[in-house]
Amino acid sequence: MIAKSLFFTTAALGLTVPAFAHNQWLLPSTTVLSDTQQSVTVDAGASTAPFEPNHNALSVEGVKVWAPDGSMGAIENAARSKYRSTFDVKIDKPGTWRIGMENGGISGSFKVDGEPWMVGRRRGPPAGGPGAAGGARAGGAGAGRPGPAAAMGPGAPGGRPQIDPSHIVASVDDIPANATDLDLTETVGRNEFFVSAGEPSDALFKPTGRGLEFVPVTLPTDLVSNEPGQFRFLVDGQPAAGLEVEVIPGGRRYRESDGTQKLKTDDQGMVTVQWPMAGMYWLNASLTDAKPGNPKASKRRMSYTATLEVLAP
Amino acid sequence: MKKSLAIAVSVIAAPASAGTVTVTIPRIAVAEYHVPYVAVWIEPKAGGPARTLAVWYDVAKRGNEPGTKWLADLRTWWRKGGRSLKLPADGVSGATRAPGAHRIAIPANVKPGSYTLFVEAAREDGGRELVSMPLTVPAGSAKAAGKTELGAIVVKSR
Repeated sequence: MIAKSLFFTTAALGLTVPAFAHNQWLLPSTTVLSDTQQSVTVDAGASTAPFEPNHNALSVEGVKVWAPDGSMGAIENAARSKYRSTFDVKIDKPGTWRIGMENGGISGSFKVDGEPWMVGRRRGPPAGGPGAAGGARAGGAGAGRPGPAAAMGPGAPGGRPQIDPSHIVASVDDIPANATDLDLTETVGRNEFFVSAGEPSDALFKPTGRGLEFVPVTLPTDLVSNEPGQFRFLVDGQPAAGLEVEVIPGGRRYRESDGTQKLKTDDQGMVTVQWPMAGMYWLNASLTDAKPGNPKASKRRMSYTATLEVLAP
Repeated sequence: MKKSLAIAVSVIAAPASAGTVTVTIPRIAVAEYHVPYVAVWIEPKAGGPARTLAVWYDVAKRGNEPGTKWLADLRTWWRKGGRSLKLPADGVSGATRAPGAHRIAIPANVKPGSYTLFVEAAREDGGRELVSMPLTVPAGSAKAAGKTELGAIVVKSR
């Protein structure tokens, strides 16, 4: 209960992400295929321990499929069950595929005539992206960690001012011209996994120079438990030095400890991950800075999540 | 007829190989036995690309689930070089082998030097095993053995 009211408080204020967040995850059936006649089938959910379907299904309407040749693929057979959604992707071209969701939005508070207002109760893909109707997403920004999507909660316990539901606007464009005290955060998140058919390729890992980016040195479908994985993180094309990267192995409930590794990138934005065992891993990094793309926002919160399969040697 | 021709050719073209590797597929007493997929390859000790000497898989199986579908189950070979090999590969790929000893020639054009020899086996409804051993070319005598999916692996000069 304490945890819950704290959640609503922080969420309503759009401040920080609660530490007890439910992690959003994508779990592919496999990541290494020997030909181009197969499909991967994927689970998508949100829960405390990655890959354990026991809390909420994740909406897959915003899932995108980047084929190795740069063309866009599609998901098939999407279905939503209680604790997880599922979908398939036909892997019909050789090389490394990138499959996942990109989400973004702007949220925060402002004032009109001294009255508190809020923006950003709806979350979804960046404006203009396909499937822009955010709606009932399982926890926010499509990245690994939910954003302040619980703003619809029953006001804010603990003496905080309650926001009148009529004082919530869906988008930054709906902020009235006479608004003051703008405190807006732009959120950009990515949650994805990789599949290679035949020889892997790195065409999809060319940095765009925008936001927080994951640039693998060890290809993500080449991971083996007895060799460290090396990945680079960039922010706006520059090394993301000192970035905290969290790595959690699946199968939490069969172990005593959650096995979380909290790592930091070096000056070059490089992180080296040792894998204690073969299996599926959930990797997450997030970063907040003061360089939003939208001039009305003052902060930018970027988050990156990947599911990585590590094979036994 | 075929046999005598082969012998004649090998007499003329000798030495045809830089040695041989004999891979033993053990007999395994289980109700549902499938012959394993096996890959044999070498990697230069000093680093460099892997060279596949042999890969045995279900060559004949076509259709929805062709025999090639499970090649990635030879997961180390797949990552080290299998995935870049165009199959079927002449003199390299072939049908799966029954339990017993099978001899593979180390091609004569393998440069003299130090290598690591790898043998990987993966069996449907069974296990998977990877055995590695040092190999010098031209080959001297060397031996290794698997524990589960592979038996004795013997390297000889010819």
